[in-house]
Order: sequence, then structure tokens, then C-alpha cells
Amino acid sequence: MTAVVVTGIGVVAPTGLGLDAYWAATLRGDDGIRRVTAFDPGRYPTQRAGEVTGFEPGEHLPGRLIPQTDRMTQFALAASDWAVADSGVDLDSVPELERGVVTAGASGGFGFGQRELQNLWGESPKKVSAYMSFAWFYAVNTGQISIRHGMSGPAGVLVAEQAGGLDALAHARRQVRAGRRLMISGGMDCSLCPYGMAAQLAGGRLGTEAYRPFDSRAAGHLPGEGGAILVLEDAERARAEGRRSYGEIAGFGATFDPRPGSGRPPALRRAVEQALADAGTRPEDIAVVFADGAGVPELDAAEATALTEVFGDRGVAVTVPKTATGRLYSGAGPLDVVAALLSLRDQVAPPTLNVDRVPDAYGLDLVVGRPRPVSGSAALVLARGFHGFNSAMVVRAPAPAGAVAARFAGGAAA
Amino acid sequence: MTRRVAITGIGVVAPGGIGTKQFWQTITAGRTATRTISLFDPAPFRSRIAAECDFDAAEQGLSPEDARRLDRAAQFALVALREAVADSGLETGPDTAHRTGVSLGSAVGCTERLEREYVAMSGGGEEWLVDHTAAGPHLYDHFVPSSMAAELAWEAGAEGPCTVVSAGCTSGLDSVGHAADLIREGTADVMIAGATDAPISPITVACFDAIRATSPRNDDPATALRPFDRTRNGFVLGEGAAVLVLEELSAARARGAHVYAEVAGYASRGNAYHMTGLRTDGRELAAAVGAALDQARLAPDDLGYVNAHGTATRQNDVHETAALKRGLGAHAHRVPVSSIKSMIGHSLGAIGTIEIAATALALEHGVIPPTANLTDPDPELDLDYVPLVARERRMSAALTVGSGFGGFQSAMALRRPEGRAA
Repeated sequence: MTAVVVTGIGVVAPTGLGLDAYWAATLRGDDGIRRVTAFDPGRYPTQRAGEVTGFEPGEHLPGRLIPQTDRMTQFALAASDWAVADSGVDLDSVPELERGVVTAGASGGFGFGQRELQNLWGESPKKVSAYMSFAWFYAVNTGQISIRHGMSGPAGVLVAEQAGGLDALAHARRQVRAGRRLMISGGMDCSLCPYGMAAQLAGGRLGTEAYRPFDSRAAGHLPGEGGAILVLEDAERARAEGRRSYGEIAGFGATFDPRPGSGRPPALRRAVEQALADAGTRPEDIAVVFADGAGVPELDAAEATALTEVFGDRGVAVTVPKTATGRLYSGAGPLDVVAALLSLRDQVAPPTLNVDRVPDAYGLDLVVGRPRPVSGSAALVLARGFHGFNSAMVVRAPAPAGAVAARFAGGAAA
Repeated sequence: MTRRVAITGIGVVAPGGIGTKQFWQTITAGRTATRTISLFDPAPFRSRIAAECDFDAAEQGLSPEDARRLDRAAQFALVALREAVADSGLETGPDTAHRTGVSLGSAVGCTERLEREYVAMSGGGEEWLVDHTAAGPHLYDHFVPSSMAAELAWEAGAEGPCTVVSAGCTSGLDSVGHAADLIREGTADVMIAGATDAPISPITVACFDAIRATSPRNDDPATALRPFDRTRNGFVLGEGAAVLVLEELSAARARGAHVYAEVAGYASRGNAYHMTGLRTDGRELAAAVGAALDQARLAPDDLGYVNAHGTATRQNDVHETAALKRGLGAHAHRVPVSSIKSMIGHSLGAIGTIEIAATALALEHGVIPPTANLTDPDPELDLDYVPLVARERRMSAALTVGSGFGGFQSAMALRRPEGRAA
């Protein structure tokens, strides 16, 4: 089976616009969490979030697209432009039906939706925007990206709260494996509007002060906005055409937890094991784990248990750089995949912020305080979605010339 | 050995009657379920008609607690799931949970509850800074529509891959296509696959009003949705759900399951053109049709029926007719093509799976449901659209297609199980 590699990356994150700015900030341990400015958060218990700053839609998008798009779509379009440019691929050289788009979204163009709900209920049906029918639904980013880049190939949209972003990348990989030439894929979310904040508060997992996964003081997460969009291609073709590979989407597993109270075991460990098996990778080959890091004690404990069951007590470096961005929902998994690929490239794991009291019982070797050197050629990314969605993805550093063919000839990754 | 995918259970919640049997009776009788909206006061709106489900949660076996906490779309899906699983005779349990997944389509998720909660929290649209203390305890479930897939997974005891597929109006084709992919590649053995939508709420009605996509034929709701007719003037919103049990074919056979049809081929493409517009040449839908037939190893001539998208907008009628000619060649003029939306409305993401169910039942019974309200055919459209009256026809394979906002174009080929009279 063909290897699928990442050849282009576009990032919109609270810690930086663009891949280089994001990665530098992530290694520095910059904190992207601040008091919300998109609206006055004073009446809500959660007032801090990972807001993207300095993003002027007019600098990145044609003017006609701005009134018809939610902020998350503006992010997605800009990131897709950057990813395509970064890959160096000449899209015109790829037949339109051979290039497709799969994205994830958790809650749609929610800010756009709130404004139009206000227009409808506060004013009248006639005040509802002609763009509402397609600006707030979950499929909007795939549709807009496909139009912008002339992608007439497979089109898909997956929704699984925070787990969906990895699911989208896995589905894009499936399309490349099936013979499609190029896929744009990833996730982008933005729900930092009053109704979005209120809905997230209703979920019961928002904290008020800081996002401290795996810390004994963990008391919920802070939300953020942004994500990452990637270009995925067949490894051999990308190499033949002289494009750089950031690395391979090597393995994937997705499971769903049993109904709470059923007494059946949780399913995260199984997702990890499936991803490792799918990648043909052993636990000891994993240099670093990018954990989901819910920041809710019982969820943190469950994740720690799954990791120690697979990797042993303090058996692998674990990090949660999303502590600097807040949880990005569908954007989180793809952004962690980006961080994982760059960690393998630079052989360094970025730090987890705000955490210094990890209970011994967790058995975790958490990267805190400063970046840590790591060695190895594979990394694991976990993403869990509210209600019990578990996704796990293994990424692998680019193989040296000739090694890809040899590995597949050996069947290790079949 | 190639893994193949069987439909072994069907559950439908549709306008005109709840349950697969009632659904099949409605669409083969040519009976329309479009009417004046009763779910809210439609007076301020341009289009005041819809195809509504007469759905009583308690009558359908939902607990008061489920009726209270679940969006209407989730309630539909749960009822359809129970019918599908019972119909399949499949016993799910701890041994099979890991190999059982869920793929649920929905275009607009839990819009109905999101809007209701918004109204309460914003003082009727007055407050931008909504009052979070007025939120219901389940608001987050409505905020993330993946909650509906979770609900089905818990009910079915599925612990394999679970997702919502939300590709606008092709969601219900794409969710089943995705599920079939997972079985074919070996990721799962059983998939609960379906779609649900309950979009008949003020905000969604206003959305379509704003772009004049829905029919304003408020004085004659029963015949308002007229696909391929010269007098067509837009679609009529519908609502509902369909859920299928998909199994790996040899396993289904081994347990003696009834196989309605095989999901033989599926493909999706984007038109990369316009969020709501369609090119007249139907190129991408034709490409999806071609790719679905290729995967199914079917030739156009093998198709005995095409279930059309048939929304009764002029641009869809033209686009779809061109796509079928391009994708099926001369056979496009020979194969019957019909739109069941003419009877049960356009339930956005849900309709894709409802139409798969209709297509599977057409293969099973050898009956093609008609296009209702087609009394004055558009002279520019020259296919056989099966006007008004159902038709008997034995066939071995059939196609269903969909097209939606965002440019999504999807096609699925179904085949009758072998060894049964064709």
C-alpha cells in the first residue's frame, strides 16, 4: 500500500499565523491565552481563551468572500492557500477530479449563525443573510476550499467534536491510497462568540483560570480558535516531483467509548493500539505522544491509564502544547499532527504550559517548562471528542531516499 | 478476498407515516405529504409549506427523558435505528462491539434545539451577550451534532469508529458510502449507517427564503414540489431519518440474514464551482456516477432505475439531466428516473439515506416509485421521469444520486443480492 505524506502545511493558531510563527512560538512556550476581545466576556465565568490575533481577512481573501464567510472559514481558506503554496505543487498540473478536500468541523460557522439568529428573531425573516444557508453549516469549509482551489475530486466532511480533525486526515489518506493525486485536509473551528461560549459553558468542561491537563489542579479547559490545513500526497509521486515531505500519515485508529455507567472498559487504548498496528510501529518506536489532555481529572486519569498500559510507566515523553492555544475542537488534531511532524524533524518536543504538579499515580513523563530533545522517527497524536470519540494517529518522519519502497516491499506497514 | 457490503436492515422515519412499511406505501402510491407548516407559525415567511413527520415521541417508544433532552433530529434517528436493528435480526453484544461502528449523516444537526435555546437565552433575539444561565442542560449536545452519532452508538452497543458525516444535502449518501468503505477496507464488520435532519424551524426556513430556493406555492401545498415539471418553482423542506444496518456480505449470508441489496459502488465529487450554484453540464455528478459504477463493476445498461436528486429547482433539473446523460450515455434515455422528494419533500442531509432505502426497496419489490406532481413536463428535459404512477420492473441494479450546497455530488450503486430472481 502506498505511503501518504504531508507536503504542505497552513496554520492559523492563537500563538501564530503560519507554520514558522506557530512553531517558533510553540517551542518558546508562548502563551496564546488571553482575555476575550471578540465580545465583552464579563458576564461569563470563562473570560479567557486562545484568540487568533492579527488576522485581517482582507489581507488574505478576496473582498467578495468576506461577507459570505464565518471567521472559521476565513481561517480555513487562508490556511489552505498557505498549505498549497508551502507544498510547491502546481495545482493546475493535477487534474481537477484527482484533487479533493476533506475537512472536519465541530460546530460550524457559529458566530455567523448567532448573528443571523439575531437578525431573524430580533428583526424579521427578511433580515436574514442570503449567505446564511451555506455559511454556518458544517460542510462550508470543504465547499469553499474546493471552490477556491478548483478541487473537484472526493469531497468530505466529518464531525466528531475534537476527534474529527484526525478522522478527516485519515479519510484524506484513504482517498490518496485509493489513487487520488492530492488531498487538502484538516480542521478549523471558531466558536468565540457569546452563544458559542454559552454553549461550551453548558458542556461543563470549561475552566475559568488556566488550562492544566494532567495537573493535580486541573479544572477544565479553555477554548481556542484556529487549526491546521494540510496537503496530502502519495510519497513516491511527491518525491518524484521534487517536493519536500514533512512526514507520513502512517497509522490511524478510531474507537468509541461505551455508554457511561455500562461497566465496559473505555476504548482509547484500543484506538492507540490500532493506530500503532496500522503504522506497523511498536510502542518503543514512538518518540513523543501529543496527548488529548482534556484538563478534567477523570478524563486525564483515563488517558494516563491508556498511555501507561501501552507504553509502560513513564515509558514515553508526553506533551500537550495545546495548553498554549486552548482546545481548538476539530482544529486541534491537525495542529497537533503539524507539531508532531516538526518535533520529529527537529528532534525536540515542545512543552506543556501551566502544569507542574502531575500526580505520580498518572505514571506520565510530561514535557513541561521547556522543550526537550527527543529521538526517534515516529510520534503519536491523540484526540478525544466529547461523548466518547477516540482517535489516534501515528506520524512518521520522512524516510531517506529509497527507504520507502524498501519498507513497503517488506510489508511492515501493510 | 474482496469484502462486500450488504444492507440487512432498514428503518425509516418520513413524512406520510413512520416506519419503513408506511414509507414504501406512501411513495409507491404517489401520495404527497407536503402541507402547510404546523410546527410553528409560518405567516412571516415566503415559503410556508413543508413535508412534516407526524411524530409522537412517546408513541414511537421514546422515554419522556429522551424526548426532553434530544433534538427532534436525534429522536428521528433513534427511532429509525431501532427499526433497522430489529429488521436486520442482528444480535449485537460485547463480542462484536469493537467491530461495529456508526456513520450518521446530517446537514444541519440539532438546529431545532439550537434555535429554541437561542431564543430563550437572547430574550427573543434582543441580547447579543446571551444569558448562559438560561441554557438548558443539554445545550452542548445540540452545539456539537456528533452527539447524535454518540446516541446511536450507545443504543446499538457500537464501540468501533463513530462519526457524523455532514456534507450538506449529500450527507445521507456520503454517510452510507463512508460506512461501506470502512467495512470494505476491514476497519469494521457492521456499520449503523444513516442520516437525519429536522430542519423545519424558522431559521432554516428563513435561510432558504433568502435565496428563493424553496417553493412559494403556499396555496397548493400538496402539489408544490414538482421536479422536472415546467411549472416547478423550488423545493419544499422535509424532515426525517433513515438508518441502515450494513454488514460484510459473507457474514450476513452466514447468519442467514435477509439481504435487501449490496452497496456495490459509491463516489463523491465536488463541483468546485459555487456554494449554491450548479454548472449546467453536470460534469462532476457524472464523474461520481462513473466512479460509483466502476467500483460496482456495473455498466450503465445494468441499471434498471435511477433515484434522482430531483429537488424541483430549475438548475437542478437541468444539471441532473445533463449529468445522467453524460454519466450513463444512451442508457440515460432508457432507464426510469424518479424523484421521491416530490412526495416527502427535501429533508436536506437525511434524504440521501431515505433515498437509498427507497432504491433498495425498489430492487427488493421490483417497483419503481413515481415522480408525483409531474403533469406538465418541461419540454427541455427528455428522460423518462416516471410521472405520477409507480411502475413494476424487475431489475438487478439501481443508482441513487445527490447534489448539494457546497458543490457536493454523490452517487451510489446498489445491486440485488445474487441467487435471487432478477
